Amino acid sequence: MAQPRRNWGKWITSGPPLVYLLVFFAVPTLIMVLASFRTPGEFGGLAPLRNEDGSLDLTLESYVRFATEPLYWQIFLKSFWYAIATTLACLVLAYPLAMLIARSDRRYRDLLLLLVILPFWSNFLIRVYAWMIILGPNAAFARVVNGVLGAFGIEPVSLLFSAFAVLVCLVYVHLPFMVLPLYANLEKHDSTLLDAAQDLGANAWQRFWRITFPLSLPGVYAGAALVFIPAFGIFAIPDILGGPNDSLIGNVIKQQFLETRDWPFGSVLSIVLTVLALLIAGFAAWVGKRGVARLAAGDA
Amino acid sequence: MASGGPRRRGRYLLWAAALFAYAFLYLPLVIVVVYSFNDSRLNAEWVGFTLDWYRKLASNNEMLLAAGNSLLIAAVASLVATVLGTMAGIAMHRYKLRVLPILVLTPIAIPEILMGVALLIFFVLINFTLGLVSVALAHIAFCIGFVAIVVRSRLAGMDDSLVEAARDLGATPWQAFTHVTLPLIMPGVIAGALMAFTLSIDDFVITFFTAGAGTVTLPLQIYSMIKIAVTPEVNAVSTLLMLLTLLLIVIASKVSPSLLRGAESPEEKR
Amino acid sequence: MALLEIIDVSRRFGDFTAVDHVSLAIEAGEFFTLLGPSGCGKTTLLRMIAGFDLPDGGRIVLDGKDLADTPPEARPVRTVFQSYALFPHMTVQGNIAFPLKMAGTPAAEAAKKIGEALADVRLEGFNHRFPHELSGGQRQRVAIARALVTHPTVLLLDEPLAALDAKLREQMQIELIDMQKEAGITFIYVTHDQTEALALSHRIAVMNRGRVEQLDEPDRLYGFPKTRFVADFIGTCNLLVGPVTAREAGSVTVEVPDLGAVSVATTSASGAAEGAIAVRPEKVRLGAPGASLAGENRFGGVVESFLYQGDVTLYNVRADRGHLVEALLANSGAGLAKFFEVGDRVEMAFAANAGHYIEG
Repeated sequence: MAQPRRNWGKWITSGPPLVYLLVFFAVPTLIMVLASFRTPGEFGGLAPLRNEDGSLDLTLESYVRFATEPLYWQIFLKSFWYAIATTLACLVLAYPLAMLIARSDRRYRDLLLLLVILPFWSNFLIRVYAWMIILGPNAAFARVVNGVLGAFGIEPVSLLFSAFAVLVCLVYVHLPFMVLPLYANLEKHDSTLLDAAQDLGANAWQRFWRITFPLSLPGVYAGAALVFIPAFGIFAIPDILGGPNDSLIGNVIKQQFLETRDWPFGSVLSIVLTVLALLIAGFAAWVGKRGVARLAAGDA
Repeated sequence: MASGGPRRRGRYLLWAAALFAYAFLYLPLVIVVVYSFNDSRLNAEWVGFTLDWYRKLASNNEMLLAAGNSLLIAAVASLVATVLGTMAGIAMHRYKLRVLPILVLTPIAIPEILMGVALLIFFVLINFTLGLVSVALAHIAFCIGFVAIVVRSRLAGMDDSLVEAARDLGATPWQAFTHVTLPLIMPGVIAGALMAFTLSIDDFVITFFTAGAGTVTLPLQIYSMIKIAVTPEVNAVSTLLMLLTLLLIVIASKVSPSLLRGAESPEEKR
Repeated sequence: MALLEIIDVSRRFGDFTAVDHVSLAIEAGEFFTLLGPSGCGKTTLLRMIAGFDLPDGGRIVLDGKDLADTPPEARPVRTVFQSYALFPHMTVQGNIAFPLKMAGTPAAEAAKKIGEALADVRLEGFNHRFPHELSGGQRQRVAIARALVTHPTVLLLDEPLAALDAKLREQMQIELIDMQKEAGITFIYVTHDQTEALALSHRIAVMNRGRVEQLDEPDRLYGFPKTRFVADFIGTCNLLVGPVTAREAGSVTVEVPDLGAVSVATTSASGAAEGAIAVRPEKVRLGAPGASLAGENRFGGVVESFLYQGDVTLYNVRADRGHLVEALLANSGAGLAKFFEVGDRVEMAFAANAGHYIEG
């Protein structure tokens, strides 16, 4: 704004955060990309940069391994379905909540919204732990479920350490990420549009399906991206609440770094995870934008 | 809404669905708090009121050490991240930048685990001892973005001509910053600092990778406890942590009411 | 020598030339207005005078001193912003004290000056109010008091009345004229509102596409526009365009294709083949067919529509050969609201000295 061509201020303000993030974010990320092309060391980590014959240690081995071992693709696919299921469940739970808040009296909106965000600010592990208690074998919930199952002659099941536990907790942890963008979108809707639709003969369902929902698509896609990305890379929830078959890609990455200590392969998995997550989220955003543009053009 | 009748049924449905969602959000936390006062090792039936678990906590040296570490890291990380994040927020608002916005926003957008493992490789390769310092450095890196976003949204709600007016009335660039810009964005800065503090004290994933073997923070301690056994001592420490977070949120909402409405631009009282 | 000289100043933003080789000389004590549509470069020029922006070419000289290396805070120039830019976290007194504080004025002297400034804008007793507790007009006065408290050489005003409602705007116009007279400070005023410019200014520079189209006193600008743009932008105007068919000493005739031959008096001596004649609607007379109207240029036509505006009525008359002529008639006759109905046949006429010839 002031003095556009004397930009001392530009360097003074942007310089320090730029340098910090270059050193502690960009450089580590680049090193990890490089590490994915290296050989694992004898005792973990990376092998020496120079091979014995003096050539540089650069190889596509880990990528080849990833491409040829279907196990890892299957785990990615499993993580993908867990993340998609989480996203859809969040959408179903969040939509009425966001709609209610957006349409409630202005005086209560902040309070209702605060009530959604508040649990999100409590410690992540506490929220996971809470489900350990609820789903634990001695808890009331598990006893009711197994009582009902027993009445039908079905063997009691363990709710804890199961795919069910992982999914419920994934939804629980990510729900606010869906509510916030949905609310931000729904709040801007002009309520006279609904009056107009009603005036033109639309019933409640038609008003929702033809007016409210299409207009809220940008919020839906934003929320979907915000839920999908972290859910796709999660490792703590399956680690704590999941059974042996519930390992997701995050757990495999953790294992590669902290147990197997195969850094190159762990790096490959991390890079694939990030690229896939961003691609899928970006695709959702792109579809959302196109959908909205088509709606705006009137041929939807 | 004026059109009451025909829309009422939809409204009841909406309320029912919303109440279910609220119950889903709060019931687990309520259970954690309630069982922290339960006089039984099992988190199952209510036996009787007790403060034993809190007493146990007070004499659990490992836990106290972890809490001390967490507070120290959070204090340092939020302080540095607030300074750097405020700078970044101002720079991003005022100038057309290419690299900085990408660096500031991607750590927020990518899966957390990526940053954790990348920093692990980085610290090990440069022979940096994993510990309190490496954790704090990592926390700063991911907190900068959150502070920058809050500060920038505060600036977006501010009339740019205010800074020009200050210059016009005889203020140097520095005076314009200290007399006009800084006081006006202060609520955003404080809110950003509290946010960074909470994020740091809560962080598990990045800490997990950058803490090394010997260093324990509160989330790491809780993690290792619940991996072994579920004990009401975890409920007690969780309850205390929730209280601390609640306190920070109350302060933040007093300073900057708009913060809790998400990243919307603050309404200026003008 | 003029107080403020703008010498061949240009400013480009990428491909867009906001200010294109503008030269102006503004005298001490003048109420000078930059008038033009949005995007014409007037605000960019103002920002360069204030120092928020720097010219790509040319010089800005104040009191004989080139301002190129003077930052905004060191220029004896103050700005009243369109949004007023009152500091929301300071009281009225804090706002007015700000420039004094920056200048290091001793407290006792500053207090006296703040009192005087508040008295000048009739806001005594408002010291401890915050900007959001003031009305639009009051905020405007605080902004002016704040800008004038350190007695600048030049005051820049960027559309300061745009945010006010019509009644308040008129009142503030009168106050601005008085304030300028009293303070004796040069005002440079930016607006897109031509009535505001005509009412306030000693001189007006009409800008279009980064250039100054015409620099003149208000009455000359209205009566003798030099370009078609100015004729059209200032007030409403019938622009009659066509080839020049006859040229005598002191007069010129233009053959307007869809109206007829129009002759007006002119002192213009050049021999351009084409020209335009600007005739203000209020100079066109209307009468029933056969009425003996004064004026050398006479045409027949039919009333196509009219807008009754209370004090005046604006008629759109379709001339026999197709041109649509605007005529403004005062409703000053007793009892009569308007004279003609849609479809009425009328005669229109205007005198040779009622039109103004624009070359090219």
